[in-house]
Amino acid sequence: MMKWLAVTGLLLLSASAAAIDTDQAFDDPELQARYERIIEEVRCLKCQNQSIRDSNAFLAADLRREIRRMLEEGMTDAEIYDFLVERYGEFALYRPRASGKTLILWLAPGILLIGGVVTLAVVLRRRMALPIDDDGS
Amino acid sequence: MLRYLVLIAAFVGLIVVFSIGLQRDPGELPSTYIDRQAPRVDLAGLKNPEDRLDNARLLGRQSLVNVWATWCVGCREEHPFLMALAERDVIPMYGINWRDQRSDALRWLAQYGDPYVVSGFDADGRTGIDWGVYGAPETFLIDADGTVLHKHLGPLNEAIWQRDFVPLLAEGAAAP
Repeated sequence: MMKWLAVTGLLLLSASAAAIDTDQAFDDPELQARYERIIEEVRCLKCQNQSIRDSNAFLAADLRREIRRMLEEGMTDAEIYDFLVERYGEFALYRPRASGKTLILWLAPGILLIGGVVTLAVVLRRRMALPIDDDGS
Repeated sequence: MLRYLVLIAAFVGLIVVFSIGLQRDPGELPSTYIDRQAPRVDLAGLKNPEDRLDNARLLGRQSLVNVWATWCVGCREEHPFLMALAERDVIPMYGINWRDQRSDALRWLAQYGDPYVVSGFDADGRTGIDWGVYGAPETFLIDADGTVLHKHLGPLNEAIWQRDFVPLLAEGAAAP
């Protein structure tokens, strides 16, 4: 029984072995962690709803290779993101940085929420001002 | 009554937004290099490695840089137009052969014709990344001083050429 449990457990774990990125891991675990975080954040431009971590398009592989090279050269995360944005625009990042062009993306949810609350308040206030009339109208 | 007008206006507004928005191809990204200096390129030539494609060649007069590959269906589609354009001799065209096999690329040029002054051989795709290329074919119009004037994503044809490129061509270029 235990044996079967163990086998099942191992099989479940093996999903991660089917990862797209089959390149060798960095020796430095910290570098590897940064690498994995960055490739999760970068959009594959060819297959736009996948990160370059999830995509097996060759462009994604090329970008992973470039990011790997930049990490090895000791570039910071910000420098790596700058490299990508310079070439592909903010769209390349799943979380575009707040800047002039992308500010609306970051502010829109808040604005919509405030607008909704204000509308709700106005409507409720108007209703409360109406005389209570059980007959309805 | 006013309330219904507001609703109708909002509905019409949405229709306008969607009818414009949904026609646009979300896959099409504007180049980040428009009005900026063209990115670095220094590639061995496809036919003759000594005959390099570098930024110096893109200076002095307007030029086209066309990113192509033999695995790219759109490139096959636009190729006859590129040949016709090259024949008109209005603007020199340079190729970046992207992520390809040299033998395949050479066979392609022998079979379908070679519209390029020279094609740089970008086997590992690094120049492609520097140029922000994400899907061949892509065609850049470079000004005489090396700034990028326009980028077209996808196969070129006469209509797109007339609409998007011709207005940007310098005075004095031969009539298109």
